[in-house]
Amino acid sequence: MKMPLSRLAHARSGDKGDSANIAVIAWDAAAYQFLAENLTARFVADYFASQIKGPVERYEAPNLMAVNFVLRGALGGGGTVSLRIDAQGKTLAAELMGMEVECELDVPAERP
Amino acid sequence: MIRVANGQGFWGDWVEAPFRLLRNGPIDYLTLDYLAEVTMAVLQKQRMKRPGAGYAHDFPPLVQSLAAELMERGVALVANAGGLNPGGCAREVKRLAPNLKVVAVSGDDILDKLDEFQAQGCSLTNMDTGQQLSEVRDKVLSANVYVGAFPIAAALANGAQVVVTGRCADAALAMGPAIYSLGWGLNDVRRLAAGVAAGHIIECGAQATGGNYGGRWQDIAGMDEIGYPIAEIEPDGQFVITKHKGTGGRVTAHGVKEQLLYEVGDPRAYMTPDCIADFTSLRVEDCGADRVRITGARGRERPEQLKVSINYAAGWKATGTIVYSAPHALEKARAADEIVRRRLARVGLAFEEIHTEYLGVSACHGANAPAMAEVAEVQLRIGVRGQERGAVERFTQEMIPLVLSGPPGATGYGEGRPRVREVVANWNALLPRELVKPFVEVIE
Repeated sequence: MKMPLSRLAHARSGDKGDSANIAVIAWDAAAYQFLAENLTARFVADYFASQIKGPVERYEAPNLMAVNFVLRGALGGGGTVSLRIDAQGKTLAAELMGMEVECELDVPAERP
Repeated sequence: MIRVANGQGFWGDWVEAPFRLLRNGPIDYLTLDYLAEVTMAVLQKQRMKRPGAGYAHDFPPLVQSLAAELMERGVALVANAGGLNPGGCAREVKRLAPNLKVVAVSGDDILDKLDEFQAQGCSLTNMDTGQQLSEVRDKVLSANVYVGAFPIAAALANGAQVVVTGRCADAALAMGPAIYSLGWGLNDVRRLAAGVAAGHIIECGAQATGGNYGGRWQDIAGMDEIGYPIAEIEPDGQFVITKHKGTGGRVTAHGVKEQLLYEVGDPRAYMTPDCIADFTSLRVEDCGADRVRITGARGRERPEQLKVSINYAAGWKATGTIVYSAPHALEKARAADEIVRRRLARVGLAFEEIHTEYLGVSACHGANAPAMAEVAEVQLRIGVRGQERGAVERFTQEMIPLVLSGPPGATGYGEGRPRVREVVANWNALLPRELVKPFVEVIE
């Protein structure tokens, strides 16, 4: 079944220089297991291919049921260099949460 | 247990938050975080115009307004509002609030020592790009070391009711009070790691209490009177994130996790001057209404090198916008972009970058934005950046003429020509910590 990532997780994004990070936090243990197995750096890099120049790094934090992504060269130079409206990557989290994934988990339609 | 609150997530955050934190319930320490990466460069430009400047100019009047309540409630204030001139800032605070004991923490500013350090063999190579500092040396505007929490603790041990720092690690603002009040030492790595986590969670203000939440934000009540975060820190390092009763917003484990990982790279190694915290060691759990308990912090000893934040002048930029309405709003905006680019090319102007966005269509999410058959209106936004101010200036003359000489129905140009702004780029490097000597100064 296709579903947006927002059914499985919530996220917040921010900047550090020209890099952005997106912390993806699973709603529950089953969702975390799915994300840990399926939400790869490659998957995320392909999704953002039109917006970022550098590689994507991926870190797991099982204690938080979270996967953190660092997107290099993601902000058009970052800081005051960038010409983008979203120079600090504030909207990247919502963008990633809109990603459609194939997932067989039975998850609630609404999350807190 | 001590209660450390944060009432300012950046310079320009909600002006009422510090007052509300003092009035809505008990706290022991009030921290205010003023400094973002680019803030130091802004302050350097102000200092170049006026030597006594270089700090958050609205901070001393704020302390004046808070003074009576700080004293009445016995709350100490810790802020990095000193920017490039903590001493000057602290003296102005003392002038406006003479009854408070004010202590400055200085020593982070190494602008005058850059050449000396390089002569001693510190390369100050760009951590991210590997570039040599010599490439931008003549354009450097500011250079500051991120110092840790122990100088803040020393200031509090001196009896400070207001501590004014320059560039310090954001988490240090909350760690300083914990180190001082709870008797933590340099080798208490687990406690220090907990302090890093607590400081990091509250440093962005209401992002820990329901602001900018990625889940069901519609269910978070009372954002108009949102409570700012409080860390209740125990001597052993475990802490609870909460907010005052009766305030808006919400504190949940899910929200706190979002903030814990905000602007973090590797969560196993969150670098600070006082320890390397391992956020994968933490247990984060709800423990009552608007209360989240964090336990289990671990970390490693403080790093031998400190991070230096250098800002340098990197050219000029300007951004212009025009709005087109339906029908064919996006087609009109695309045609206008083409016209501007052709006109710029014809006069032979070169830029490092010309960047076009279509607000309302794809500016934030690019190719992942939802496809729309027809948009009611779109804002065309063109930005240019280059080394020559004149070329950027020339670009600013090319936007408004579109109203008469381009596709029909252009509007939203009321602000006139775009403003040319100087680009300040950030450069991060490492410096051996023994070269940095933070010091405290009691203001008389």
